[in-house]
Amino acid sequence: MKVRAADFLDYDQETGVYRENPEQVVRDDVEKHYWLHVVRTIVKDWRLYLMLVPMLLVFLFWRYFPMYELLSCFKVDNGQLDVSQQMFSGFSYFKKLLFSTGDSLSTDFWRALRNTFITSFYGLCFGFPMPIILALFFNEIKSNAARSVYQVLTYLPKFMSTVIMTSLVTMLVKQGGTTTNMGIISQALVKLHIITEEVGQAGLLNNPAYFRTIYQISGIWEGAGYDSIVFFAAIIAISPTSYEAAQIDGANKWAQMRYVVLPSILSTIVIMLITRIGGLLNVGYEKVMLLYNDKTYVTADVVSTFAQRNGLTGSGQKGIAAAAEMMNNVIGMLLVIGSNTIARKATNTSLY
Amino acid sequence: MKRKLEITELIFKIISYTLLTIFSLCCLYPFVYAVSAAISGYGPVNSNQIILLPKDLQFDAFKSMFTNNMFWTSYSNTLFITLYGTLWAMFTAILGAYALSKKRLLFRKVFNFFLVFTMWFSAGIVPQYLNYLATRDIFQSIGIMDDKWLVVIAMGMAAMNIILLRNAFEGVPSEIEEAAIVDGATEMQVLTNVYLPMSKSTIATVALFFAISRWNGYFWARQMMSNPHEHPLQVFIRLRLEDYTNPDTLTGWELRYNYAPDSAIYALVVCSIIPILIIYPFIQKYFAKGVNVGGVKE
Repeated sequence: MKVRAADFLDYDQETGVYRENPEQVVRDDVEKHYWLHVVRTIVKDWRLYLMLVPMLLVFLFWRYFPMYELLSCFKVDNGQLDVSQQMFSGFSYFKKLLFSTGDSLSTDFWRALRNTFITSFYGLCFGFPMPIILALFFNEIKSNAARSVYQVLTYLPKFMSTVIMTSLVTMLVKQGGTTTNMGIISQALVKLHIITEEVGQAGLLNNPAYFRTIYQISGIWEGAGYDSIVFFAAIIAISPTSYEAAQIDGANKWAQMRYVVLPSILSTIVIMLITRIGGLLNVGYEKVMLLYNDKTYVTADVVSTFAQRNGLTGSGQKGIAAAAEMMNNVIGMLLVIGSNTIARKATNTSLY
Repeated sequence: MKRKLEITELIFKIISYTLLTIFSLCCLYPFVYAVSAAISGYGPVNSNQIILLPKDLQFDAFKSMFTNNMFWTSYSNTLFITLYGTLWAMFTAILGAYALSKKRLLFRKVFNFFLVFTMWFSAGIVPQYLNYLATRDIFQSIGIMDDKWLVVIAMGMAAMNIILLRNAFEGVPSEIEEAAIVDGATEMQVLTNVYLPMSKSTIATVALFFAISRWNGYFWARQMMSNPHEHPLQVFIRLRLEDYTNPDTLTGWELRYNYAPDSAIYALVVCSIIPILIIYPFIQKYFAKGVNVGGVKE
């Protein structure tokens, strides 16, 4: 291509000489020597780029290197820590997990996958509406002092660690040789004839039929108060004139809830719901791990705990465990991206 | 018409007060029960006579815990991990978030994606475990023998917290920064003298998020720390719980102690909660703010 002088030079009419057009020179320079421009900018602004370095290194070492290690689910596990020294095995681990009938590992995996879905689905059904209901109740309490007392008390369990929370739960429903010896909540349930004495004595946490209930109720106990903050903030943002207008139209309290409050906080609810669906497969493995035992695997075991049991405690199963988690995480990621796209389309607000 | 309004309102009010009271009491009750059970004697605890108030007062469960050196070791380990872990996390997060908040940063979108992707996809437990093992080998080969440093440096970073900080920094008006630069401030001075003071509440919230997750951290500490003298409090409590629910530990218990094994666990639980309860009133309002900061953009 022919280079025209006019692209680089400005004709100065007063003096009659050509001058360099600085902007054009720079633009051209950037296009021709892009990487040179990048290096120059970074060198000139090196302080800013140096600030990024610690964060990038932390994420590279301890978030992205594990993803590289994840490749081990495609390789034969020969005891080598270094993935590059293992042999490529194709999809054999995935096949073994998904399709080998009669293999206990495969049935365990399917059970774990099903439990993961069921646990998160129950969380969505029971755990999700509770904070909204709580926020509606908070709104009814007009006295500020009383409301703060309620809020302080209901946020409290959120601050306890999983270990403390599960220790309390374990103790409150623990087994006992006699009726008087078992946990205080089991005792109360026996007295109310909700559970039989034998069930209470055997320990509720040893009974697969009660694991999900305990898991969900303790989850609500722990998180409902704290999660209601978001919804309560949305409710108090509603203008008082909306209520007045509804009242003039003869709306009673129920109608006000239905036609004023709920539509106003709908967008918050939708966003929180989508976040929840996105995290559907991230069942908190720490809590399951601390609450379950070999008697309750039937209902309690989720994919992460399955992977932990087979990968960290057994030997020679690391590839299997990694493959199981990889399937779980890929589905989880698709859910995040999918729900986020739907949110962007439907409500014009997206999380990422 | 007017009368009907009042009735529905009254009903709603009554329902709200009752249900909230019940729920609040449910939230409070386990803690009250834990305290009562921790200071009650062997008999009442073992036969479950404790409903609300303690019976046969004894403080030996607390006393034996306070005289246990391992308890204090684990407590100081937790303080160590919480303090240095939060400082390290805040150091990397603040610097990184500041750079990311700058529009002039090249490849800004790439760096943001680099962060956000870790929120979408995590490698999972097994690869992380292998990674931490390799990290420990590297740390030991350069002379860092203490696994506490592994927990402090390698664990606990969260992309979400960096994004909260970045959003707060983006909210600082650029005129103030320009004024500081005109006055001859360097990049670091702009950060420490303009940005940090102007986003104090977000910084407090994020520091709190980091500190709480450090204080409560359990799983990886247990996986990675083989030496019991390095265990943080949460691991110590869990091991004790497993120990006390083991029938072998319990044989002949009543001959040796005047409190039930349950009391020992409850005493541990109470002791680990107390520091949080003390700072709780101060940090509670920050938490409410931190949630409202919300909103993640890419």
